[in-house]
Amino acid sequence: MFGLKADWSVDVFERYFTLGNYAGGEARWCPGCGDFAVLNTVHRVLRDAQMPPEKSVVVSGIGCSSRLPHYVGTYGLHGLHGRALPLANGVKARRPDLDVWVGTGDGDCFSIGGGHWLHAMRYNMDMVILIFDNGIYGLTKKQTSPTTPTGERTNTHPEGSLLPAMNPLTVTLGITNVSFVAQVPDWNPPLLYETIKAAHKHRGTSFVRIIQRCPVFSDSFCKPYQDHPENMLLLNHETGIPAADNVKKLFKEQIEHDPSDWLEAMKIARDESKLPVGLLFQDPDAVVYEDFSAKGLNKTNEEKLAAINTALDAFAI
Amino acid sequence: MTQQADNGESAVQIGGNKTAAKVDEYIVEIVSDSGEGAQKCGQTFGNISGKMGNGVWTVEIIPAEIQPPARSPAGASGIRIRIGSKYITNMGNEAELVVAFNEQVLFSRIANGAYKEGTIVLLENKWETDPDEKIRNQYSAAVKEFAEHGLIVHELPMEEACLKIVKNARKGKNMFVLGMISYIFSREPDLGRKEIANTFAHKGDKVIQPNIDLFDSGYAFAAERLDYLWEIPPYTTDTTKPTIITNGNQAVGLGVMAAGMELISMYPITPATSATHYVADVFDNVGGFVHQAEDEIAAMGFALGASYAGKTACTITSGPGMALKTELIGLAVMAEVPLVIVDVQRGGPSTGLPTKVEQADLLSSIYGEPGDAPKVVIAAATIEECFHFVVLARKLTEAFRTPVILLTDANLATGVQPYTRPELQEEWLSAPVDQSPWDDSVPAFDWDEGTGLSQRPTPGQRNGEYVLTGLSHTDRSKVAYDSDTNQTSMAHRSRKLAALQKTLKPPKIHGDEAGGDLLIVGWGSTMGAIEESVDILREQGKSISALHLRFLSPLEPGLKEIFSKFKKVMTVEINYSDDPNGPLITEENRRYAQLAMMLRAQTLIDIDCWSVVYGHPLQPGMLQEEFNQRLDALNN
Repeated sequence: MFGLKADWSVDVFERYFTLGNYAGGEARWCPGCGDFAVLNTVHRVLRDAQMPPEKSVVVSGIGCSSRLPHYVGTYGLHGLHGRALPLANGVKARRPDLDVWVGTGDGDCFSIGGGHWLHAMRYNMDMVILIFDNGIYGLTKKQTSPTTPTGERTNTHPEGSLLPAMNPLTVTLGITNVSFVAQVPDWNPPLLYETIKAAHKHRGTSFVRIIQRCPVFSDSFCKPYQDHPENMLLLNHETGIPAADNVKKLFKEQIEHDPSDWLEAMKIARDESKLPVGLLFQDPDAVVYEDFSAKGLNKTNEEKLAAINTALDAFAI
Repeated sequence: MTQQADNGESAVQIGGNKTAAKVDEYIVEIVSDSGEGAQKCGQTFGNISGKMGNGVWTVEIIPAEIQPPARSPAGASGIRIRIGSKYITNMGNEAELVVAFNEQVLFSRIANGAYKEGTIVLLENKWETDPDEKIRNQYSAAVKEFAEHGLIVHELPMEEACLKIVKNARKGKNMFVLGMISYIFSREPDLGRKEIANTFAHKGDKVIQPNIDLFDSGYAFAAERLDYLWEIPPYTTDTTKPTIITNGNQAVGLGVMAAGMELISMYPITPATSATHYVADVFDNVGGFVHQAEDEIAAMGFALGASYAGKTACTITSGPGMALKTELIGLAVMAEVPLVIVDVQRGGPSTGLPTKVEQADLLSSIYGEPGDAPKVVIAAATIEECFHFVVLARKLTEAFRTPVILLTDANLATGVQPYTRPELQEEWLSAPVDQSPWDDSVPAFDWDEGTGLSQRPTPGQRNGEYVLTGLSHTDRSKVAYDSDTNQTSMAHRSRKLAALQKTLKPPKIHGDEAGGDLLIVGWGSTMGAIEESVDILREQGKSISALHLRFLSPLEPGLKEIFSKFKKVMTVEINYSDDPNGPLITEENRRYAQLAMMLRAQTLIDIDCWSVVYGHPLQPGMLQEEFNQRLDALNN
């Protein structure tokens, strides 16, 4: 057409991906689960970025959240409880061309995977970490998680959870070389979309804590924010998460917050009277680990053999 | 064993015309406080001897602490070097000459049975005049006691001689001692100087020259003050073959590079870490990367992630690290991800003996995961095999799509031995990651009914998209909890081991192919000591043979047939087993050594075992004694 050669036109009409290209197996979360909203958003962000499905890898640990790879039609790695991050880091290490996503939960990431969380943030490899935080262990049926609110009755603490809930935002912000920290509720689709899109765009480890509804085991976790939006604080900034006026309208409490201001981000995160929503912190210049780990990928066999021979020479008799 | 040179009761003599007495092998030890460089001295001596065509084996004597108290028996740090006019495969029996930087460190070596009557001790004598009376008394008491043990002690002012060249003898006495023993064993002094220049190359002439001066001065000192002079003729086989000399961990490191693995993901653990130290120095040049993970689990997870993404990775660890990696090893088996795990075994359980040798991770490597987790387990028997088995491991892991565990141990890790320089092959390197479209009619686990083998799609391959999972899954990697899927997928994973076993040849008997009285079965680093003692007994006309296994999972074929040719079969291992004569021990409750347990189960033959966990490598003399008793019992 248009007088172009047929083989040119093959190039012109590159693959176009629809939502269907990112569909995986049928999601089997409970009715009303917030995870569906996240899944749909991931599909849309992938579609809008036109990521070839074979180039994305969705990595997860164990838990309700970690079923995510099964429901996305890309490559997936459904790993072990707590180990999503080292697995994802490994995927990226020598394959910087792959688009890596991590689905994890409050138990998977903040409890059994706590050690890896600290270090993965510091490695700052280019990937999106979606934390499906519902303040409870769902798959194993209602045990206390690190973010379970104090006094919440669970099967492991029937008289109510004992300790103050962990604040994952201050912990994450406190890690050296952290580069992207955002928080968003699952029940605001436009904001969820913009947040995950911004996280996907960011080069480095994007930490997105999603306040996620679990109608079965921790209905009360989200209720204070769903019923009283004034308990949330929307962070606005030209470099933050974009929100249309009709989205902003839902938030009674709003402030301007420059995501490059770490100290202010820490203050906002520390003030637990309001749940901050939006981009708390971003540092586009933080060191990215695959810039080291993927060095030397282009060495030819001749170069490699010569180098190994030199290494052997050092031991020659 | 060694022919003793006639040195009589000679005390220190000055000058004199000496002719070197020829001996076919010799065992030397250098023992000091930690940080005095005895190991560097011994390794260099080993290198020089290797370069002069001798067979060499060195073993480090390492205290568990970095800086144990000075002059304490438990702090003994040092090295044993066995050199000979033949291929040397183990540390031998007692040392015949020891250089000691203080008298206290010798006590632990004496307690370990490292010396015998007539062992020559070249002892630093500065303690005799130490300002501290307690030290003076300790010294004189020790010298007396050594004489009572039958040691021939020469008290020498080594420190005084060093202080003529350097201000701090602690940093340099080792090169002085290198000069001394180089003289005593007629080593080419130029080779020593060259080795020193190489060792300190990155520190420049300022460091090289005083060390060469110390070496020369030690050489002259020994010539002047000592009446010992031996020559150990070269070990002459095919001298046309280029040879290298490394320890086992360096061999593993070289193997990783030669095998085309571009990523070592590890966490520091003794005695495995030095393999990574070595690779870290040179990995950049081959385009590889060392990832020091936040813990052992993460090291394994990172390797698994990289392997899943098409870059087969390697993790190098020791027993406690293996324990932590267990769950992820299970995932690699379940999801059929190729990767190589090197376990440099040390004494266990728990923290155990971190710097010492044991072969006690065999069963946990094969059976360590909850659930059935069939994987390939191989063990290197020599330092040379530490290199080649890494290359083999990568081939196997990719061909059979299951993790491969390579077992070495602390003895191989720090032992140094010359061997034929490996000829690198381009095909060992990894091919570029396949990014061509996948035929989507082929499932992610296209299990071959006959072998269980399958090809795997790699991220980036269009139409190959699948979700790797540790859950029970179908051939399309879909989660499935039904009975049939679980049964058949387990069968396929297991069948791969049978398929591999069918490609193996029966192991070769070292001794009588036709059979005989006693067959000794070993695995791993004990081969040298076992075969040496078997050879000595065979020369005495005893009917004894040895068999050494490299494949532990799957086991090599033909074992039952081989075993049935012998009156008695027993394993020799460095892991714990009950003494059959121990309190309460009966045939019903006796716990066997690990390989013995496996072989008994697999062959239904009443295989016995002999095993100890002394933390040191096996000595041929000890084995000879044990085998003699077993042979006597068989024939009476």
